[in-house]
Amino acid sequence: MLSRTADNLFWLSRYVERAENMARLMEMGYRMALMPAVGNGNRSEWESVLSASGCHAGYDPDAPLRQEEVANFLIFNRDNPSSIINCFEYARANARAMRTAITAEMWEALNNALMELRRPSMHNLAKNELPEFIDWVKKQGSLFRGATDSTILRNDGYDFIRLGTFIERADNTARLLDVKYYVLLPETSMVGDGVDNYQWTTVLRAASSLRAFHWVYRDDYSPHRIAHFLILNPFSPRSLAHCAEQITQHLERLARHYGQRHDVHGQAVEMYSLLTQSAMDEIFSNGLHEFLNDFQARNGALSNAIAEAYYFGGQ
Amino acid sequence: MFNEMTMDDQVREPYRALVDWMEANGPEVLEQKRLEAETLFRKIGITFAVYGEGGDPERLIPFDLIPRIFTASEWRKLDRGVKQRARALNTFLYDVYHNAEIIKAGIIPADLVFKNDAFEPAVIGIDPPRKVYSHIVGVDIVRTGPEDFYVLEDNCRTPSGVSYMLENREIMMRMFPELFKNLRIEPVESYPDMLLKTLKSIAPPKCDREPNIVVLTPGAMNSAYYEHSFLADQMGVELVEGQDLFVSDDRVYMRTTRGPARVDVIYRRIDDAYIDPLCFRPDSVLGVPGLMNVYRSGGVAICSAPGAGVADDKAVYTYVPDMIRFYLGQEPILNNVPTWKCGKPDDMKYVLEHLGELVVKEVHGSGGYGMLVGPASTKAEQAAYAERIKADPGDFIAQPTLALSACPTFVESGIAPRHVDFRPFCLVGDDIRLTPGGLTRVALREGSLVVNSSQGGGVKDTWIMSD
Repeated sequence: MLSRTADNLFWLSRYVERAENMARLMEMGYRMALMPAVGNGNRSEWESVLSASGCHAGYDPDAPLRQEEVANFLIFNRDNPSSIINCFEYARANARAMRTAITAEMWEALNNALMELRRPSMHNLAKNELPEFIDWVKKQGSLFRGATDSTILRNDGYDFIRLGTFIERADNTARLLDVKYYVLLPETSMVGDGVDNYQWTTVLRAASSLRAFHWVYRDDYSPHRIAHFLILNPFSPRSLAHCAEQITQHLERLARHYGQRHDVHGQAVEMYSLLTQSAMDEIFSNGLHEFLNDFQARNGALSNAIAEAYYFGGQ
Repeated sequence: MFNEMTMDDQVREPYRALVDWMEANGPEVLEQKRLEAETLFRKIGITFAVYGEGGDPERLIPFDLIPRIFTASEWRKLDRGVKQRARALNTFLYDVYHNAEIIKAGIIPADLVFKNDAFEPAVIGIDPPRKVYSHIVGVDIVRTGPEDFYVLEDNCRTPSGVSYMLENREIMMRMFPELFKNLRIEPVESYPDMLLKTLKSIAPPKCDREPNIVVLTPGAMNSAYYEHSFLADQMGVELVEGQDLFVSDDRVYMRTTRGPARVDVIYRRIDDAYIDPLCFRPDSVLGVPGLMNVYRSGGVAICSAPGAGVADDKAVYTYVPDMIRFYLGQEPILNNVPTWKCGKPDDMKYVLEHLGELVVKEVHGSGGYGMLVGPASTKAEQAAYAERIKADPGDFIAQPTLALSACPTFVESGIAPRHVDFRPFCLVGDDIRLTPGGLTRVALREGSLVVNSSQGGGVKDTWIMSD
């Protein structure tokens, strides 16, 4: 297929996933903000959401770090390249640039999402009913993935779509876990107390994984278990391990289909092994934040390697 | 004025079954169908952007549910006439880029051809595959009476609109299955296959395998982008932009996920001026640097061939009947509209004296822009236009205001006659092929003669009845 088409498909699914991920980050901030202040009363949830979103640098330093302003920035700000509205704009523009490569159902899912999001009433919804708005965004992601799953040919285009989804999702789960890092006060006395546990369950909720977690671990909300569920557990659909497994599989499919292997194949296997061979104790003792940083860097490098292997930037 | 549906208070024969159906079902059913059709169009996303209006770049083109119908014998005449024109125009193009016999014979003035902006010195002496330049000829035809058809203009540079012909039919078959079951309406759906066959047949000399064909589009911002992607999809070929193609070792390649893939035939939907910045406009980012060198050396075929535009120039148009006589030794089957060329002093004098009755057009204009429709203009507009003509007489031609035929059409007040024209799409390659059908455009404003979609025109399905 045309490299530009593959590039478009890859980024199209990344944008959709990113929009959803932005919503999940906000969900976490929103829930954490409902808790009594921790320690000295420093309320930093929305600042943490900003940091974890990777958009902090674009945020007006004089603007208050409150829900209304931060959410508005993450949802509607046109200068913020990762704002939800921009994600949908880019996704739809990508789709329109290669209408022949996606199905009518996929197009409709994207087109409808953007048309609704452009309505003024959505501003009010986001301002007054943030949780409802967040659900709306997550639903759009589900609709798009559902349309994709049930209509598109299982050819190389499908692999590029899925690669985009899982690269972006892995990045996001790492970011969600990192919000926890930013919010949690470093004093050891705090770890494991009521507030701390509540915050950890919030991470699970934002990952839509609370119930799944129940099924796997019953009610043991220890940070250890929750982090395990979102990092190393291969059955958890948003875990880093699951994303890495999917990425490896789709790259393998491409290698078989094209009869060509590239550096990126080795890199993906290496990233996957890192997750299958690590233990949670080890990760915690070496520092969760450092582990997540390292993972995000690898994941980013993998994305670049995919672009290079399949000539996204021309050849 | 000729009404396509009724004559002497009688329903004309090809419309009989349709009128019966409409009477049997009543206006409510028809209105219901109209709403359904609009929903379908929106869903599919068939759009046409309008330049210069700053509006929604994905505006819908209005679709009218009442078809325009030709009898089999009417179509036979059009079919022969259009093919004859397509053949003559291509012969003319080959001639002017080679020996220019028609000019030596004194039939067409040399300046009109060689000083024409659309004449391309860069392709003089090049033999395109099968000597064909214009592979898709869209001939705009109007009707003024039962037997009176006139050609308004020829479109030799990849004319647009064929996607509407195909999509309109899809919608109509969904709306009126009974009519299609009971009537013998010629199908149009084979057009993409015929286009693909035509494109395959013009593979360049160096191509030694099944040719790899692509559609080259300026991109999603182009007004006809929907059509570009539609045709690529229907033919099952890649839709590429200039940035996807590159030249290496005298061949053209496209960038794919498996590395470079050679391209043999390019159906381009971008203008000559933009296809190769090394040969034409250096500021173009839409084209492919070096493409023309590959074309010259027979490494790639381009549809339509660079330089084809000189055949559809509005001043050259006036000589098409002479071309047909000169090259084919035949009388034209379809007439031209009588035309005054303002470049001739006598003609200009006549035009300036009769501005109120004539339609005056810029020779190089298209899309219905920059024209003066005399009967619909004010004195002040006429005076201003007269100044423009005097400043540059050679740039203008004038034609009588034809009493274009009208076809019943849905308007706000119900169903009323509106003026229509007709564009069939003739394919030229190893053979000359014409799909029985075409695009009927309708001027939706009462009394308006301008059918261009950029000026408030709509479209209709066109039915050719078989014997």
